[in-house]
Amino acid sequence: MPNNKKMYDKGKVMVGLCIFVVLITFPFWYNLGKAAPAPEPKLSEKAKAAKECVMPTAYMKAEHMQILNEWRDAVVRDGKRIYENSSGKKFNMSLTNTCLDCHVEKAEFCDKCHNYASVAPYCWDCHIDPKEVK
Amino acid sequence: MESSRRSFLKIAGISALGLGAKPVLDVLASSGETAAPITMKGENALTAKQWGMVIDTRKLQSEEDLEPMIEVCDKIHNIPKFENKNHEIKWIWAEEFKHEFPMQEADYLDDKLKHMSFLTLCNHCEKPPCVRVCPTKATFKREDGIVLMDFHRCIGCRFCMAACPYGSRSFNFRDPRPFIEKTTPDFPTRTKGVVEKCNFCAERLAIGKIPACVEVSNGALTFGDLDDPESEVRQVLRNNYTIRRKPALGTGPSVFYIV
Repeated sequence: MPNNKKMYDKGKVMVGLCIFVVLITFPFWYNLGKAAPAPEPKLSEKAKAAKECVMPTAYMKAEHMQILNEWRDAVVRDGKRIYENSSGKKFNMSLTNTCLDCHVEKAEFCDKCHNYASVAPYCWDCHIDPKEVK
Repeated sequence: MESSRRSFLKIAGISALGLGAKPVLDVLASSGETAAPITMKGENALTAKQWGMVIDTRKLQSEEDLEPMIEVCDKIHNIPKFENKNHEIKWIWAEEFKHEFPMQEADYLDDKLKHMSFLTLCNHCEKPPCVRVCPTKATFKREDGIVLMDFHRCIGCRFCMAACPYGSRSFNFRDPRPFIEKTTPDFPTRTKGVVEKCNFCAERLAIGKIPACVEVSNGALTFGDLDDPESEVRQVLRNNYTIRRKPALGTGPSVFYIV
């Protein structure tokens, strides 16, 4: 039985493999420990004073986009503009006039996380940040 | 070993059922604790079956008479002003007789009527052709008769512009923001690639105000519920002969003109 377990050009293959592995993992070890820290959205004074948003903070963090979608459909489709939350408090469903009234600094609040997570919601193509009004 | 296999499956089935039932029971148990958030209309919101308008052109003789109405609408709805006529955005505008009432012009029409400017806006039709053709249901008829647009859903196909026999719709060929003279934060702007039109001031009706053009018209415009025989519009319609734009098309315009 011929010995067909012999590896040809073992040295070159091994060196090549090593170089390949190093190159392919380069982005991982090059960026090791350099991960950008998760941003802390800055609350405005008014938001701090209010303590709680329309829903509990944890819910807002995870589901604010859902709420905004529901608000949009309720206002545009059904003409319902008042939102009553679980504790019976009422809000006018408006991104510019309610959300941004409290979260005054869009750049410090919305944009900070959105930029970090690389999401670009198209809200601001039409809805106005009162700070940017000329 | 038939019997042990059978009993094993039985026990496994019952256990799986028990494990699966727990989360369901948990949800059922917790649902009673807090009230789910609800949405509602504002207390002052004006409601109707079919909003309509009567325009008394006897009180609006010149283009200057129309200006305050057009101006206030442009202002509160962030309507841009384009130099290029092809890019023009129109919610409410002035039109001459032959365009306002085609098929009704005559050679011997009174010169005054012939050259008069008529106030023109979306007719909020009973059977709106723009709603029928919209492929995304971005345009829809609300329960109060207003033909409204959901700009979020408009894909800019412009079928509605082809369908509307009144030219009430405009397309944003360019980003409108740089061309808005003074932006009102209360109302959103539009973006490039969507169609827009008059919304009968749905955002004002929601807080108990009548449309802005009616408010500044000094009584030349009457607004109200066409379905309510006691409403002011119905009274005006009873006491005056009125015409509508292109009634033969069967769209059922809700805007009436006293000529």
